[in-house]
Amino acid sequence: MCGAIKGGPSLEGVDVANEAVIQGIVTRDGQPVGNAYVRLLDRTGEFTAEVPTSATGQFRFFAGPGEWTLRTLAPKSISVDNAVTAAKGVVAEVAVAV
Amino acid sequence: MSRESALVTADWVEEHLNDPSIVLVEVDEDVEAYDKGHIPGAVKLDWKGDLQDGVRHDFVSKDKLEALLSAKGIGNDDTIVFYGGNNNWFAAYAYWYLKYYGHDNLRLLDGGRKKWELDSRELTTEVQDRPATTYVAKDADESIRAFRDEVIASIGSKNLIDVRSPDEYAGRLLAPAHLPQEQAQIGGHIPTAGNVPWSKAANDDGTFRSDEELKELYAEAGLDDAKDTIAYCRIGERSSHTWFVLKEILGHENVKNYDGSWTEYGALRAVPVALGDEPGVA
Repeated sequence: MCGAIKGGPSLEGVDVANEAVIQGIVTRDGQPVGNAYVRLLDRTGEFTAEVPTSATGQFRFFAGPGEWTLRTLAPKSISVDNAVTAAKGVVAEVAVAV
Repeated sequence: MSRESALVTADWVEEHLNDPSIVLVEVDEDVEAYDKGHIPGAVKLDWKGDLQDGVRHDFVSKDKLEALLSAKGIGNDDTIVFYGGNNNWFAAYAYWYLKYYGHDNLRLLDGGRKKWELDSRELTTEVQDRPATTYVAKDADESIRAFRDEVIASIGSKNLIDVRSPDEYAGRLLAPAHLPQEQAQIGGHIPTAGNVPWSKAANDDGTFRSDEELKELYAEAGLDDAKDTIAYCRIGERSSHTWFVLKEILGHENVKNYDGSWTEYGALRAVPVALGDEPGVA
């Protein structure tokens, strides 16, 4: 993998109009991190879902409309939080740097 | 049962990688995870392809389980150590399922695949062949599995625990948020069920919380020790995680997993459903 591509995984086949998608990429020093774990916390901080990143550092959630927090865990780094707002029919892209 | 008899640590697994009486088994929702790298010597079980019937809406029968474990080279006397992704959801499901068919020596790797990866421990793509065995399963232990009629009859009398996320419990989401939200069932939860998300029983690295923390968690949620307990989620894997905590770590006597869970209950006609953040009434 040479350098990070921009944005989350391809949306081909995803019913974007009916989903509140949150997606993005995890990088360290500009390089994708393929062995990170991204968790989605709800507005009260409660765990809602978690995904491992792909080999290209990408991740995706199908959330509900509202305020969410992404918490990213990666080997040899402290966890990183990113706030994100989701809305139906919108793809919220988040760039996470660890 | 207790933490010591049901859980092993990553260090323990590393020390026992060459122990022939121990079989590591990886079970994932992402069936490609194993192929990208697994703990040396581990056997792959496909949560869907290997453990689900494929025709009936059920897990595989006793004779199919016997054929599966025999072909995978797993014997009746082996100690099976399950681990997997999703904080061990599917590994806990496989543990519960093997318990249902009477396998004696079962363990979960505390923290599962995530803890192993976050510790940067060794993973390999090499698949080791194991000679076939003749595995013989016991009769099903119905004391750890709940079906829908028992669940409906338990409303207002037994401990019902919904272990999904608060948004799924309330009906704001229909599936865990790593999956598309288009689902056949309606939203909500079984009336009188308390919401104790499975994630509250785990640390961020996927390991289980301490016995004291776990006891406090379920006590605060109002779990009545004098009553039988049924745990459910969406398809029965996260509730296997909570079943494991209550039955295998904390040693509660009568705990069942309702593996039909919300995909079944939320599709039933004319059964009571509660919406919102409160348990609701019987």
